[in-house]
Amino acid sequence: MTDFFQSLGMSYEWAWGVATISGILLIALPLMLAVAFIIYFDRKIWAAMALRRGPNVVGPFGLLQSFADGLKVFLQETIIPSASNRGLFLIAPIITFTVALMAWAVVPFGPEAVLADINVGLLYILAISSLGVYGVVISGWASNSKYPFLSAMRAAAQMISYEVSIGFILITVVLWAGTFNLNDIIMSQVGHGFGIVNAYGFNLLLFPMAVMFLIASMAETARHPFDLTEAESELVAGYQTEYSSMSFALFWLGEYANILLMCALNVILFWGGWLPPLNIDLIPWFDIPGIFWLFGKMFFFFFIFSWVMATVPRYRYDQLMRLGWKVFLPISLIWVFLVSGYLMLTRYG
Amino acid sequence: MNTAIQYLKAFTLWEFIWAHWLTLKYFFKPKATLNYPFEKNPISPRFRGEHVLRRYPNGEERCIACKLCEAVCPAQAITIEAEPREDGSRRTTRYDIDMTKCIYCGLCQEACPVDAVVEGPNFEYATETREELLYDKEKLLANGDKWERAIAANLAADAPYR
Repeated sequence: MTDFFQSLGMSYEWAWGVATISGILLIALPLMLAVAFIIYFDRKIWAAMALRRGPNVVGPFGLLQSFADGLKVFLQETIIPSASNRGLFLIAPIITFTVALMAWAVVPFGPEAVLADINVGLLYILAISSLGVYGVVISGWASNSKYPFLSAMRAAAQMISYEVSIGFILITVVLWAGTFNLNDIIMSQVGHGFGIVNAYGFNLLLFPMAVMFLIASMAETARHPFDLTEAESELVAGYQTEYSSMSFALFWLGEYANILLMCALNVILFWGGWLPPLNIDLIPWFDIPGIFWLFGKMFFFFFIFSWVMATVPRYRYDQLMRLGWKVFLPISLIWVFLVSGYLMLTRYG
Repeated sequence: MNTAIQYLKAFTLWEFIWAHWLTLKYFFKPKATLNYPFEKNPISPRFRGEHVLRRYPNGEERCIACKLCEAVCPAQAITIEAEPREDGSRRTTRYDIDMTKCIYCGLCQEACPVDAVVEGPNFEYATETREELLYDKEKLLANGDKWERAIAANLAADAPYR
């Protein structure tokens, strides 16, 4: 994009700056729009599985419900509890929101369409998603209230537990792809399954990792059935209890941006990212821009997220910890050995 | 052997997949919810909703100020004051129902000897202030005029069972 702005008569520095900023806007604004609609679809899917109708009054089929909610929240008063730590209390939702947006910098939307095509993209995402927990912990501490504090403690423990096994799962993918760059990981999946399917998920060794990553990403984003950080029946609304108005909305947006990011990661790491599903030219689907494939697959994974939310009841806290440390961690560790051993035998041996 | 099956089920996420199949079937079922403000359930002729005071077809109000409803009301929501009118007939000068006290038991309409106070089929009369729910005689008579046809039909439908 820098070349384009240079052709408009800007110096290289200016063109680079304008190109980067417009790139950021091109990602962040559609992302906010996507979050608004994804919240609507979340409610709609959940409702349908409970034989309810879901939002259907605001706009055609209720499509504008999220915007109505946003407007409502925007017009409300921001209440800051007098016992809270004012500065941290206000910074916490901003951290959650910003961090949720930052990770999108390395997500590839097409062969060239990536804001920062860095070689350690996966490490960057891992680092950023670990930062996300700070927003939750800070909000829990700064609220100076029991429930948010309990929720923050839970969130910290939960994130740490599942990030360990997520790390190992990512290692299996990285071993197979031989790179940390997300675009290269996608390209290494071309024709991976039986020579025709563009996905690591069809690799028998990596398929269990794909399923585990899906589950771990639900735990990582504190989605059902791992939403112990905001378990309504125990903790009111968890770390969001004392929040109102826009500070609450920022948490909400950040949370769903994170969920979308995890859907994108699932798609990129195991299901071929922006590649079409099959590597054969049955119909001219190589002409369809990669971004549509990416969004389509992401939406499918978001449907799975909502589906799980509508089906599985919340885990107890000890069950969550047991699953993280006694099931996921050993299995993913064993799988790192299996995958590296297999690769040593076949590729490097 | 059972343990092996248990482990197999756990590692293949068998229970989860089965449950998800179930919810997916429900996903495509017709919705059980009524599209409320646009669709409404049919209600029984005996439905006890908002109160009305009825009139005779010639416009004369039915209530004869016997105060049976006031006496029977378990929530003491009804207040009646009465004195003879110029033509000598006994009429109410005040007939108030505090809708915030009313428990919608229907005893007032059971007690009424002239079918004057009736609980009509209307249940959508939420107000923005509490004061609007303190009904006076004028409001109740207006309600009666508004809902007379529906109430007459309901009373006629229910009459064989009384």
